[in-house]
Amino acid sequence: MAKLNGDALGKIDEIVARHRNQAGPCIEMLHEVQNELGYIPFEAMEKIAEATGTSVAEVYGVVMFYSQFTTEPKGKHVINVCLGTACYVKGAQQLVDRVEKMTGAAVNKTSADGLFSLDATRCLGACGLAPVCIIDGKVYGNALMGNSFTNELRKIILAERGAKA
Amino acid sequence: MRERITTIEQLNTVKEAEKKYLHLRLQGNIELTDDDQLFNILVCSGTGCTAGESAKLLERLEELVEEHEMEDKVRIIKTGCFGLCQKGPIVAIFPDRVFYTHVKPQDADRIIQEHVIGGNIIRDMQMFDIDKETGGKIYDIEKIGFYEKQHRIALRNCGKINPENIYEYIGVSGYQALYKCLKTMSPQEVIDVVKASGLRGRGGAGFPTGVKWQFEKNQPGHEKYVICNADEGDPGAFMDRSILEGDPHAILEGMAIMAYAVGAHHGYIYIRAEYPIAVSRLRIAIAEAEELGFLGKDIFGSGFDFDLEIRLGAGAFVCGEETALIASIEGKRGMPSPKPPFPAVAGVWGKPTSINNVETIANIAMILRKGAEWYSAIGMGKSKGTKVFALGGKINNTGLVEIPMGTTLREIIYDIGGGCPGGKKFKAVQTGGPSGGCLTEKELDTPITYENLIAAGSMMGSGGMIVLDEDNCMVDVARFYMEFICDESCGKCTPCRVGTKRLLEMLTKITDGEGTMEMLDEMEELCNEIKDTALCGLGQTAPNPILSTLRYFRDEYEAHILEKRCPAHVCKNLLTYSINPTKCRACSICARNCPAEAITGKPGKEVYKIDSTKCIKCGLCLSNCRFGAVERH
Amino acid sequence: MAEVHIKINNQFVTAEEGDTILEAANKSGIQIPTLCYLKNVIRSGACRVCLVEVKGARALLSACTTPVSEGMEVWTNSERAIRGRKTTVELIMSNHNKNCLSCKRNTNCELQRLCAELGIRQNRFEGEHTPPTFEDASWGIVRDTSKCVLCERCIGTCQNVQGIGILGLQNRGFKTICGPIYNGSFNDVNCMQCGQCVIACPVGALTEKEEIHEVIEAINDPDKVVICQTAPAVRASLGEEFGMPIGSLVTGKMVAALKRCGFDRVYDTNFGADLTIMEEGTELLKRVTEGGTLPMFTSCSPGWVRYIEYEYPELLPHLSSAKSPHMMFGAICKTYWAEKHNVDPSKIFVVSIMPCIAKKSEARKPELHTGEYQDVDAVLTTREAGRLIKMYGMDDLDALEDEAFDQDLLGEYTGAGVIFGATGGVMEAALRTVKQKLDGKPLERVDFMECRGMAGVKEAQIDLNGTKIWIAITSSMTCAKPLLEDVRAGISKYTFIEVMGCPGGCINGGGQSIVSARKKHGRIGYTYKDRRMKALYDEDRFKQKRVSMDNSQIQQLYDEFLGEPGSEIAEKLLHTTYSPKQKFHLVGMEE
Repeated sequence: MAKLNGDALGKIDEIVARHRNQAGPCIEMLHEVQNELGYIPFEAMEKIAEATGTSVAEVYGVVMFYSQFTTEPKGKHVINVCLGTACYVKGAQQLVDRVEKMTGAAVNKTSADGLFSLDATRCLGACGLAPVCIIDGKVYGNALMGNSFTNELRKIILAERGAKA
Repeated sequence: MRERITTIEQLNTVKEAEKKYLHLRLQGNIELTDDDQLFNILVCSGTGCTAGESAKLLERLEELVEEHEMEDKVRIIKTGCFGLCQKGPIVAIFPDRVFYTHVKPQDADRIIQEHVIGGNIIRDMQMFDIDKETGGKIYDIEKIGFYEKQHRIALRNCGKINPENIYEYIGVSGYQALYKCLKTMSPQEVIDVVKASGLRGRGGAGFPTGVKWQFEKNQPGHEKYVICNADEGDPGAFMDRSILEGDPHAILEGMAIMAYAVGAHHGYIYIRAEYPIAVSRLRIAIAEAEELGFLGKDIFGSGFDFDLEIRLGAGAFVCGEETALIASIEGKRGMPSPKPPFPAVAGVWGKPTSINNVETIANIAMILRKGAEWYSAIGMGKSKGTKVFALGGKINNTGLVEIPMGTTLREIIYDIGGGCPGGKKFKAVQTGGPSGGCLTEKELDTPITYENLIAAGSMMGSGGMIVLDEDNCMVDVARFYMEFICDESCGKCTPCRVGTKRLLEMLTKITDGEGTMEMLDEMEELCNEIKDTALCGLGQTAPNPILSTLRYFRDEYEAHILEKRCPAHVCKNLLTYSINPTKCRACSICARNCPAEAITGKPGKEVYKIDSTKCIKCGLCLSNCRFGAVERH
Repeated sequence: MAEVHIKINNQFVTAEEGDTILEAANKSGIQIPTLCYLKNVIRSGACRVCLVEVKGARALLSACTTPVSEGMEVWTNSERAIRGRKTTVELIMSNHNKNCLSCKRNTNCELQRLCAELGIRQNRFEGEHTPPTFEDASWGIVRDTSKCVLCERCIGTCQNVQGIGILGLQNRGFKTICGPIYNGSFNDVNCMQCGQCVIACPVGALTEKEEIHEVIEAINDPDKVVICQTAPAVRASLGEEFGMPIGSLVTGKMVAALKRCGFDRVYDTNFGADLTIMEEGTELLKRVTEGGTLPMFTSCSPGWVRYIEYEYPELLPHLSSAKSPHMMFGAICKTYWAEKHNVDPSKIFVVSIMPCIAKKSEARKPELHTGEYQDVDAVLTTREAGRLIKMYGMDDLDALEDEAFDQDLLGEYTGAGVIFGATGGVMEAALRTVKQKLDGKPLERVDFMECRGMAGVKEAQIDLNGTKIWIAITSSMTCAKPLLEDVRAGISKYTFIEVMGCPGGCINGGGQSIVSARKKHGRIGYTYKDRRMKALYDEDRFKQKRVSMDNSQIQQLYDEFLGEPGSEIAEKLLHTTYSPKQKFHLVGMEE
């Protein structure tokens, strides 16, 4: 666990101060910290605990309860594969396997080079387009059949890792 | 700063002014005058169509209108979901009532050139249905099967108005019901109307909404809350998202009415963070409503104050359970607590709280505007009104449908949904998500009501409806749901935390071919015990997918156990792949793509063979073979 | 309170509005088994052991959370209720490390008892276990999640009793575990090591770190002189380890048993307590007369000392510099006693038998070492002492004839030392000596009743030779916190504050015999603390000498060795320093 730099600490302070007087602000604060830093560092939990009058253990418990929060920094590119029912019955598991193989990131983990995170997510509500994948926020429907998703992912891998990959 | 609206006259003035723009889109043929030579081009901006680049399309259309200086003739409107996500991105053009499907950004030019300027409907992009009798094409929207049987109340404005423009909502009589309640009715009168309408909770359990409100109203004290449950977590259900994206003001108005009725002054909308578009539309809507005075202090000069706050979920299905949702709003781990006490007595911050689901709230304004009799005339038995279902899985028309209660499953799946694609045989329909069950061909003629679905071994749930065909293994489907529940169990109570894990293990053994017949009895017994002992609704209903599949598809379980065979060819461990030597042309494509290097042969010379000890049963060879030589058993 | 009329097992029961089914049942003598519920600490309905059948309810309801309502009909033992309860326990067992025979809680485990009572004869459900964590990096507490039943009793205790919140749930579903953040060690967080979580745990998931092995090794080492000292609170609880009623005073039997274990000497830490009073009392007088930092806090509870080092470092100057009694005793053993008996101090092995878990890390605290030795070499809790005695074949403590502590040099003790074991005892002991010293004549009234009792905060105004001072007594950190906040704000009216880490003081220490939740909720209830306290005050009452300064061996110690309280050598051996502690030590966070 690396120490946070002053810049990040400043951002955390700002977020905590903004929600301090709200009722039950813990999750709101965590969302903003994660949006800002990509993960929830220890220092943020400590500051949130202090501001909300709870223990660090409780804040940590909240972070570990909700699947959207992570205590580890995410990869440079985040790929979400929807594992909702509709996507599942249309072969989302094969997609997961494919992305795992291509990026080297295991499900809900980050690849060793820190470039890719693969997250299996709950239903994204785009069932009409099943199976659905998201690369860095951009949604790809019918991702198993069409080429757009695979091609895009291949392009990114090529750009990041060069031809050897 | 726009003017606050405090009187009915102001509200009506805005409504009339808006009507001029809206009438092209709305039913009721208004005579067009020369000034009205307008086109309304509606571009769906729901999550599904946005994923298909509808935002770019919208931008391009706006550019073209500007280029051709047609701003006074053509109005481009960003709308919510049309329901037919399968065919998205969708563009609708009024007054011609033409739906274009699968529209790409580059198609914008054609729409402007050919349709708007040229006056010709672009047939190759137009949506149509096939007339079952004549075999001809039907282009009329109202006659298309998907829409014909629908009755849209909760979805009334989705795909018709711009959700980011409060005036359009006012134009379709928005906030009239709130005015009526605040200025002409007592809170008890409002509750009485909701009670008389027969509206029941659309989130799953079907508790009468008016009775719920009455409980909270009867509680002493002045600090009370209302909550809109927008934590739509059932995989396969997305009606709440569509309503929030397409008609956010309907929720705001419904919540304000609800707050007035129960005596609350503060409300929360608890929404999944996975719905960014819905969140941003809600934020815009709340800001607009505050600006115009429909939220905040002294609404319509009635002395009633109400404000609304959005709270984001963070990825926990269990937070759809109301006590867990309350814990989450309070910033804690989303773990349910035992009921009683019910939230109506001790909810958020320990104060009386009513929690209603998005779809339920979307009905409120309409009920108050049109009356309890109007609403209760729709539906069947104790299930009044309409219900929105999210059709998905193996069905031609995936999307959102709203039907009157009492419609049969068959009508939804075949008349509206168009049946299973690829001529595959229908096997089952899963309703109610992880808390529901699977129904078979035999139950298809059951009219949909809360009671009928429960009697058949499933439940209404939030309205996910996943169609399964012959290629789906029912044991695997049960396993999928149990895996979901296991992942999403909060871990608080023993039966759910450990019991669902044990169920999953038994199911996995069966799908792996290691099951025994005794296991079926053990599983059934444990299912019934979990139903009786778990702490919250999630745990108590968790065994339903197993119980219903055991009830209707016991033969499939038995095939896995006794014959070590998966009839639908899904369960990997029970499959074998082989290559039919008479069909193999030795092209080598299977071997080259096999990730396990399990296929050997000589290109062009020797037919290929699969080494079953190496095969990982991924099925790539089967999909790659162009000669149908790969066989799965 | 309005009356509510309900029926339990077809029997009419009158309950009070707001009662739960469990409370109503208990009041009318109907017992319902529980596991996760702990009165005043946690009531979550999580474990599903106390399930009962309620007419009209769709599913079984947890008796501990469901409020009674007029006309309610409840069955606690219907076929359905028992089946549900049994399935629940079977499911817990299926994810439980069933090494009962080698578990410290064997025969004293609430889960084991439930299994026995419900007649669970087979493992109906078998399957994967939650990935376990075994963690024993700290000197005090061992955490083994493979035994954890996720009752949250430890979490509730740390949060609600101590107001700290070291422990929390992590992950969710089947992966849920309970522990300090990052599933780490108690060493890496601001844990005061009081062990209240350990005595709240129904099973063997949280236990003390055992040192029995080290002690036996020392006893068996012919070169070692093994000196045992026992804290006052131990004698009021050790009997429970042998099935004697709560509150049995077993001083003589304990000594007899320990001597049979082969200790070279068995002394009473009360000698150290008397010594503490001499030093601490003198320090207080000095601070009052010379204008030192006031109020002064007592320093004999190592849990409390850890707490203040973590949470209120700016208040450290308020803490008395006196070491705790057993540490003073250890220091004197290895100097004065060694010299007098001509024993090489490196050969002396001091074992403290304590009601406390925090004493284990206290003994290892570098600031507390005198020269090159640890003052105390091993610390056994009351429970470990019980195990040691049983290991030496004595399982019937009651059958042993009373024996007396060794008397040479460090053997005498006064009643003031005995009452150290209960909240308010240190204060009363100090007041006895300080007042007698100032009065210059024996006390007319030895009992300071205002110091006694189980209240979380007690205060009194005391006349010291014409000067009136306010004193306060508190135990547990939730009760201490408001007093500390006042001191921090500079608005405290007190001159002297006794703080004990555990609620009720050492008699309820984390190292004491474990009182099951069933006992706490039953007839004995929370009077178990009063019963133990009474045992100590009884011993005090019958002591001839009840003021520490009257202890003749203490006087001899000063005459022959220390000079006077607060002398240079006393400062060196009997006093210590404190330093602020960093709350969290996480990998990579050090500069």
